[in-house]
Amino acid sequence: MADTKEMKKALFGPIIDSNPIALHVLGICSALAITTKLETALVMSLALTSVCAFSNLFISMIRNHIPSSVRIIVQMTIIASLVIVVDQILKAYSYEISKQLSVFVGLIITNCIVMGRAEAYAMKSPPMMSLLDGIGNGLGYSFILIVIGTIKELFGFGTILGFEILPLVQNGGWYQGNGLLILPFSSFILIGLMIWAIRTIRPEQVEPKE
Amino acid sequence: MSAKKETLGKTVGIVVAVCLACSIVVSSSAVGLRSLQQSNAALDKKTNILSAAGLIEMASNKKEIQEVFASRVEEKFIDLATGQYVDKPSEDFDMYKAAKDPDFMVRVEGSNVGFQRRSSVANVYHVKDEAGEIARIILPVHGSGLWDLMYGFLALDNDGQTIRELIYYQHKETPGLGAEIQNPAWQDKWDGKKIFGVDGSVEIAVKKGVKAGDVYAVDALSGATLTSNGVQNTLQYWAGENGFGTYLKNQSWKS
Repeated sequence: MADTKEMKKALFGPIIDSNPIALHVLGICSALAITTKLETALVMSLALTSVCAFSNLFISMIRNHIPSSVRIIVQMTIIASLVIVVDQILKAYSYEISKQLSVFVGLIITNCIVMGRAEAYAMKSPPMMSLLDGIGNGLGYSFILIVIGTIKELFGFGTILGFEILPLVQNGGWYQGNGLLILPFSSFILIGLMIWAIRTIRPEQVEPKE
Repeated sequence: MSAKKETLGKTVGIVVAVCLACSIVVSSSAVGLRSLQQSNAALDKKTNILSAAGLIEMASNKKEIQEVFASRVEEKFIDLATGQYVDKPSEDFDMYKAAKDPDFMVRVEGSNVGFQRRSSVANVYHVKDEAGEIARIILPVHGSGLWDLMYGFLALDNDGQTIRELIYYQHKETPGLGAEIQNPAWQDKWDGKKIFGVDGSVEIAVKKGVKAGDVYAVDALSGATLTSNGVQNTLQYWAGENGFGTYLKNQSWKS
């Protein structure tokens, strides 16, 4: 049975030490597209974390029975089913946000983080640890999304979660919204800056020169 | 262990078991949440009708949307061939479902609107001003875009000629290109355009390089030619004599 230290590592490690976006550079597509507003970033984080956690849990539970010849298909089936369930729940309980997220919820199926953790971790580890690992990686993804969503919404629209923080010139305030930050590609630059910052703090993450 | 689980029987067994378990989960979530989703979709439709009616500023939450809808919007049914009002054919009548019902089915011929059948009865919405007079007519329109059918509402002034809004609420067009049909800046371009030319034919067009002040043309979306053509075909069909043309010319709401 795993001890507490190992469990902590599985849960909190992926936030900074082995962040799926910053270290492995996975899941960039959705991170670029839906971080314009903090609200969508939060919902997307929640959706990905739950899918990642449960797919890891279920795959780990049946890992000893999955024939390796069809393991990817079995993993995909489980992940896809979970994504459909999440999509249905979103449509039922927060219709507006599910419309904004549109295809990106469906695209969690192909999110490399979920597949990557299923294949790399859940196939080899007991269910409890896999669940924690899934939550941990979801949190790592959420951490980046929330930071970027906050920066983009604050400096792009002058709001946080829709509440006005920096009054915009259009609304009679003093802040001129930064149009560049509203565009998806600005998250590309922001993610790059975050990776730089994390690797400056943790130099061991820098890949050796080839 | 690893040798045993690679047999054909075991592989097939696991795959079938996983599929079965997953399909049960998916279908039970779909069935269990359907009523909530349907009420959300119905509310979304009402919200879109209110935006087409130009009344959306009055309603900010669910309750207000229901109230404003109930007090200002009236659903009516018309026979498209005669343009006359008819009674609601059945309690749960849906003109998109009725297109497949033999009692209502009408074949669509000689049009590139993108569907083969439509219902003979259609619903329209009357929008009333504060005095209770009909201020706008909202017509449901649909037609194929690039990928799939696009569903929207066309709002006209009570002259049956001047467009106020064209609101699409369901489509699968490419985000950033065709999906710009939902961009408020593009939606605003429709305000004040006219449908019928002096000779009574459908004159409105979605095209490139529209001159300022041209009331019969709206700028096409750049990078979305097929979507723009789809919008054009949709309006051409629905404003024409096979669509709402007869109804609009009779101006049945005035009598």
